[in-house]
Amino acid sequence: MRYLPLNESDRSEMLAAIGAASIEELFADVHPSVLLDKPIEGLPLHASEMAVERHMEALASRNMAAGQGPFFLGAGAYRHHVPALVDHLIQRGEFLTAYTPYQPEIAQGTLQMLFEFQSQVARLYGCEIANASMYDGSTATWEAVTMARRITKRDKALLADGLHPHYAANIRTMARFTRDRIVHSAPSLDPDCGLDALAASIDEETSCIVVQYPDVLGRLPDLAVVAEAAHAKGALLVAVVTEPVTLGALATPGELGADIVVGEGQSLGVGLQFGGPYLGLFACREKHVRHMPGRLCGQTTDVEGKPGYVLTLSTREQHIRREKATSNICTNSGLCALAFSIHMTLLGDKGLTALAAENHRLAIMAADRLAALDGVRLVNDTFFNEFCIELPVDARPVVRELAEEGVLAGVALSRLFPGAPQLASGLLVAVTETTTPEDIEMLARGLEEKLA
Amino acid sequence: MNANSSGWRPAMPADEETVYPAGSTHTGNRALMVEEPLIFEISNSLNCGVDLPEPEPGRPSRLGNLARDRQLGLPGLSQPEAVRHYTRLSRQNYAIDCGIFPLGSCTMKHNPRLNEQVARLKGFADVHPLQPEGSVQGALAVIDELAHWLVTLTGMHSVAMSPKAGAHGELCGILCIRAALEARGEMREVVLVPESAHGTNPATAAFAGYRVETIPATADGRIDLGALRQRLGTDVAALMITNPNTCGLFERDMVAISEAVHAVGGYVYCDGANFNAIVGRVRPGDLGVDAMHINLHKTFSTPHGGGGPGSGPVVLSEALAPFAPLPIVRRTAEGTLTLIEEETAEADAPESFGRMTAFHGQMGMFTRALSYMLSHGADGLRQVSGDAVLNANYVLRSLEDVLDAPYAHAGPCMHEALFSDAKVAEGISTLDIAKGLIDEGFHPMTMYFPLVVHGAMLVEPTETESKATLDQFIAAMRSVAGRANDGDTSLLQAPLHAPRRRLDETGAARKPVLVWSEVSQFERVE
Repeated sequence: MRYLPLNESDRSEMLAAIGAASIEELFADVHPSVLLDKPIEGLPLHASEMAVERHMEALASRNMAAGQGPFFLGAGAYRHHVPALVDHLIQRGEFLTAYTPYQPEIAQGTLQMLFEFQSQVARLYGCEIANASMYDGSTATWEAVTMARRITKRDKALLADGLHPHYAANIRTMARFTRDRIVHSAPSLDPDCGLDALAASIDEETSCIVVQYPDVLGRLPDLAVVAEAAHAKGALLVAVVTEPVTLGALATPGELGADIVVGEGQSLGVGLQFGGPYLGLFACREKHVRHMPGRLCGQTTDVEGKPGYVLTLSTREQHIRREKATSNICTNSGLCALAFSIHMTLLGDKGLTALAAENHRLAIMAADRLAALDGVRLVNDTFFNEFCIELPVDARPVVRELAEEGVLAGVALSRLFPGAPQLASGLLVAVTETTTPEDIEMLARGLEEKLA
Repeated sequence: MNANSSGWRPAMPADEETVYPAGSTHTGNRALMVEEPLIFEISNSLNCGVDLPEPEPGRPSRLGNLARDRQLGLPGLSQPEAVRHYTRLSRQNYAIDCGIFPLGSCTMKHNPRLNEQVARLKGFADVHPLQPEGSVQGALAVIDELAHWLVTLTGMHSVAMSPKAGAHGELCGILCIRAALEARGEMREVVLVPESAHGTNPATAAFAGYRVETIPATADGRIDLGALRQRLGTDVAALMITNPNTCGLFERDMVAISEAVHAVGGYVYCDGANFNAIVGRVRPGDLGVDAMHINLHKTFSTPHGGGGPGSGPVVLSEALAPFAPLPIVRRTAEGTLTLIEEETAEADAPESFGRMTAFHGQMGMFTRALSYMLSHGADGLRQVSGDAVLNANYVLRSLEDVLDAPYAHAGPCMHEALFSDAKVAEGISTLDIAKGLIDEGFHPMTMYFPLVVHGAMLVEPTETESKATLDQFIAAMRSVAGRANDGDTSLLQAPLHAPRRRLDETGAARKPVLVWSEVSQFERVE
């Protein structure tokens, strides 16, 4: 077997050294009634590298890859061009096959990268500090709500109606067991984000208000207004950013007053991958650091005075605090954080700004083109690279039919909000630098045909 | 630009006649070991590693009043600079590609590169999670096929695929248990956890709203069945157990333990972190387990990546299966695969506890794990656990005369060998042995875990180490342990040859510096 270095002569020698007659003898503590004496039935036997490759290629070919045709899906996962260098570097064995850096003297590569990553995320979000990553944006959001409960000692969270419904569903799952009270409703196809009503409902029992920026319909909520309302009642503002490229063009949530900023980092370096692994980003104010979930990397010095990095403040974490930990998270998204950090380093301020400008330019082109179609209404007054259009018909069958013709038109809102018939005509369209004017034209013509 | 502007600077020559002491260098570099500054220190605002159109001034905007008007301060590097930065950083890491990584409980095995190649096929890597079902039948087939492997290998009823890592899987299992109890109209309050459990177990139970109580171990390192029976009652929701346990031992009484828990209406959660010891030989379903997460990044070889991503599918008994989270992949009567999400959950999964992540789980890890399982097959996976256990016992018997092995008398170990610091001279600790091993060119074992053994050293070699590597490791370990037993205080200085000497962790926690700022901590101190 190609992944097993022991041969029969090694095994006999080792068994002799141990004083056992066979490998089976080493399983003496397992009661014979539950110890299997032959390979489990119903599964194939070992296969060559070539055979496995063929099998997996056949499975892959049954999917339609995003790059095969015009592609307009977003809603929390975005298709961007990732420089070839990113994937090359993350496949260096010293990064790929290392463990969590528990022995800092021989893990400075991972640790310094994490310190750089934390610094990049903090700046991107306009926050004082950031952690070393969470599983994904949705789980980071649920952790932010529990963190707000710990800080404020209150248990009512208000979710803006523009929060991604799957993120909201996660929070509801968590709340069922923690008994937090969650207030949330579906949005309407309206250019206004509905924040005034939400801000007015903040009271002395509110732990936090969770606002996605841009929201799930692509609208841009003015976080500063809710931040002020939240702080006036002693509540925290949690901002959620599902598309980090947005912040190449928009004011940061931190500078608009958000106390905790979380989000998805998948756009940079990670790729679509059918939903995972992704990268949860988590940033906040320095004064709240001891309530933060997840790993933190900090700068320090060694005994010779050289700068170095270690995992720090681990008294918040499960392996030290056990049932009193701030979260049960252990393994996070280290390698995705590396991919994000390398992509971000290749961009820098200059590249991120240019990337955002290109996304926005093409999104405006697409929005204007689609809004000009008969019967189509552009819902958004404001947007970055994703917007919502209202069709004169149910969007779901249109999306399905266009997919069969090779155009992945976007996300029908009924997929995200099945219980909200008033949104069934809504179609969410995302546009990035990978979208060409020809793609936009093909989508417009395809829609025109279906709506005729 | 100084070579090391992060604050530390090597002694600068006073004039050209300065003589450097032997071994020191002007740059602080040591041949292949090159000091690498932070990206913030080597970049400037003009550098960029991508080519994009320059934004046109006065271009149209739909950003309302939210356009950003200041720089973020994100450093940029050209591609040659970036390659060098990250390559130099990588060389300061130990990794499984560089040598044995015997961290107990972590199962650091070889990561096959076929799996990396497979995961990068466009049909997997470039697929959006919300594409219409008809366009992702291959992705759903991967989930379905992997689920079949996991269910068959564990002898369980079904599997929840979406959890993102082991601890997320634990939460999934405990939430299934809580939902099942609530469906029976019961509000139980307690989760029992053995002393030797991973920290994630009590953290998970507490997060799900339970009070955690500890069950003691017997002198031979296993759960005390008598004490368990005594504590069990109708207030107990679940027992969270690890089998093989964190002392590296199989819980001989596992079937009786499960029966006792079931007898009071509770459920058995098994932490599957140690599944590598028994894969292909023991099916947890036969042991009475109700829920167990499987770390695909341990048993099924997906890379750890310096701390993730992991993947933690949870296999479930028939009693817990109805409560599994969304989304769920199901085969239709026509043979196509379909996703049960919120839209159809009311009809098809009415008791599901809901969603615990935005999409479908760690697809990129599923493809890698499936590729690994297909490679080994049912026969090869038996050999995996056999060799893993053989390697661990070989380490145990080769070291038990120099290091105290508290449970060695109790018979063979499973996939990991546990030692204590009982023979180590006063003034020297497990930490010093670990740091001594670093100088010998090895990654140390897990230290100070499990908590039930003083100065614990937990060695898990895995099946992908050759006998020659084990012999080298054993020889190094014998030497370092011998020095520790003899009271050789030079170990307190170790490591001497790593990229860094011992780091000030207390200082790091007392005054945390978590992000870079233009004023470095060194200057702030002054």
